[in-house]
Amino acid sequence: MLSLLITIPFFSILVFNMPFFGYLRRAITVWAYVLFCAQIALAIRLFSPVFLNDFISRGHLFNFNIALDNLSLIVILSSAIVLFVTLIISTYVIDSEKKRFNFVNLLLFAQSGLNGLALSRDMFSLYIFLEIVAITSYILIVFNKDIKALSAAFKYVILSTVASVLMVSSIALILLLSGDTKFSVIHTVISGQPTNFLIMFSVALFVCAAFIKAGVVPFHGWLPEVYSHSPAAVSVLFAGIISKALGIYTLMRVVNDVFGTNAKLNSALLFVGIVSIAVGALAALVQKDFKRMLGFSSISQIGYIILGLGCGSPLGFAGAAFHIFNHAIFKSLLFVNSAAIESRTRTTRMENLGGLSRVMPITGLTSVFGFVSAAGLPPLAGFWSKLLIVLALVVSGHLVYAILAIVLSALTLAYLLSMQRMVFFGKLNERFSGIKEADFGFSLSSIILAAIIIFTGLFYPFVLGKFILPLAGVFK
Amino acid sequence: MNIEALQIFWPFSLFVIMLFIIGIYCISITFNLIRALLGVEILIKAVTLLIIVAGFISGRTALAQAVVISLIVVEAVSITVAVGIVLGIHGHNNSLDARKILDTDK
Amino acid sequence: MNLNIAILIILLMAALWATMTRSLLRAAIALALMSLVLTVIMFRLNSSLAAVFELSVCAGLIPVLFVSTISLTHPLTKEEVLQHMKDRIRRFWYLPFIIVAAGIALSLITVKLNIKLPPPEAVKSARAVLWNERPLYLAGQIIILLIGAFSVVILFKESGKDEH
Repeated sequence: MLSLLITIPFFSILVFNMPFFGYLRRAITVWAYVLFCAQIALAIRLFSPVFLNDFISRGHLFNFNIALDNLSLIVILSSAIVLFVTLIISTYVIDSEKKRFNFVNLLLFAQSGLNGLALSRDMFSLYIFLEIVAITSYILIVFNKDIKALSAAFKYVILSTVASVLMVSSIALILLLSGDTKFSVIHTVISGQPTNFLIMFSVALFVCAAFIKAGVVPFHGWLPEVYSHSPAAVSVLFAGIISKALGIYTLMRVVNDVFGTNAKLNSALLFVGIVSIAVGALAALVQKDFKRMLGFSSISQIGYIILGLGCGSPLGFAGAAFHIFNHAIFKSLLFVNSAAIESRTRTTRMENLGGLSRVMPITGLTSVFGFVSAAGLPPLAGFWSKLLIVLALVVSGHLVYAILAIVLSALTLAYLLSMQRMVFFGKLNERFSGIKEADFGFSLSSIILAAIIIFTGLFYPFVLGKFILPLAGVFK
Repeated sequence: MNIEALQIFWPFSLFVIMLFIIGIYCISITFNLIRALLGVEILIKAVTLLIIVAGFISGRTALAQAVVISLIVVEAVSITVAVGIVLGIHGHNNSLDARKILDTDK
Repeated sequence: MNLNIAILIILLMAALWATMTRSLLRAAIALALMSLVLTVIMFRLNSSLAAVFELSVCAGLIPVLFVSTISLTHPLTKEEVLQHMKDRIRRFWYLPFIIVAAGIALSLITVKLNIKLPPPEAVKSARAVLWNERPLYLAGQIIILLIGAFSVVILFKESGKDEH
């Protein structure tokens, strides 16, 4: 029954592309909306207060090795929300009907791949679904075929394929030592001989590959350009779910289920996390382009998630997974607002904009919610997840890292506040005095995302009981 | 069993490491976009060899072949998409020199 | 064992030739040669199904892709070609020496690898493994092939030439 999450989007693509169903083509957007909303409802419904929720799909014809637990549900929920928002925006960003049909098909492929990535319990099928999402993202970046997007995409393709090669070589070494690719088998073998040189080498290869895919320092070279040069709807998708699901979720899943926690890996993760936060925040301070600054901010927030993972305790794990969800929501909100601004003013350089909250009030207001959540101020959602991560650091004894994380969070507040001041407050540029508020779709998605942030922040005890404590139960 | 496995494993893995070095060198030094794709292909061949050797030594040739078949399919589609991007770049600039193209950020 | 090492040296030389040759067409032919040698290795290591796949796809489809994209992009002019050749030799000539040195250095390192192999099991065929035990790999491959078809439709439209 679980495999329906993977096969329904795929079969709907097949159906809508058949030659005799030409009149159905316009209905694909409606069907995509239905699928995404159904996935959101299913994910919220399936979160169980019982601590370990793990049901394997045993079909009658095929036995796929897939299972569902709460960490997968976070990825399924976030990806459905981000895909939904991307679909709303794409009606304003992409002009022709034919290109919109191709775009919705690619979004359905991405949904199928993300669900498969979240559900798989086998190392190599994890890799195959990761490649499905990655190849779809290559095509999405070059969707409008301008030269900047093409060159950014080429650099990303080369780096991402090198990361895939490292990941497969790690899988090959693990296959040599354990004879199988299922998580359960590999886990027993690795916990039996934890200090073998080949095992440590393959763990290092896999972690490096996941870092390249996630865009963590020092492998972050592709990230700012891809975020700033891809089309607006694709930036939302990328920032919201793709760079996180491919890199960070894979890392969390494999470190939790296969490699097990060991001290050296945790200290490496903590170090890389804190360096990533620092470099991302410092580089974001000096950026002049709106989307590029948001890209460096993404690097910084992914550092927080890695810090949470490196604590090695259930509290840190739950904080990291919750921060995946929060980051998907607030980063998508900020990118949606940048797409709205770009659609009205045709520029993203912050020195040319100014005072836009006078003519675009909804965009300005929702952007305030977005950046307050990103900086980690109470009472919105970002504060709770950062609090969980800092608490986990303090409890497991890494006081220096906790203090650094709090200080760098102030830096996050600084650059986001300067962004808000430059773009939305201040004097209105005369060129822009005649523009109207952004289109209905942009406003609707901003309001939905801001409502989710406010709800998750204010009703935190409910969220804690229903979503976060079950996540802590996933940690082994 | 252990000594014999090591005897087979070590020369093959030596050559795999050298192929890795050639592939990474090819990607980083070249200025031509198509030669960068060639370096990626060399890396994928190296990894295919590594999987087959791992499958042979541990006795799981069937699983290794399944993995290699899937990897070949993924590689073919990746190269198709990369070639599409290269043709798009060429359509804009009429040249495939990386020095002229990849400095587009002000 | 010696025959294995000889075949691996041919593989390495084909890879060196693909990197260092000045003409891109010869590099694509060297790639096909690499796939051919890899097929021979795979046949010797009891993996015949994967060897046939490698032969048909990587020694057939991918060099055709490379050759068609090389011929679609314009060649350089004469003086650019000469300058390019001098440039290349200066950058690439020390690659064979690096490889030989790395090979000698690596073969002198004796790392204590205690490989504890997994217990042997019954011999299966790759077909049985793919269909009965890992059907998710097949599902993933079908999805990727469809994405490839889509990418051809989306990316190759304006070039004016259809890829297969």
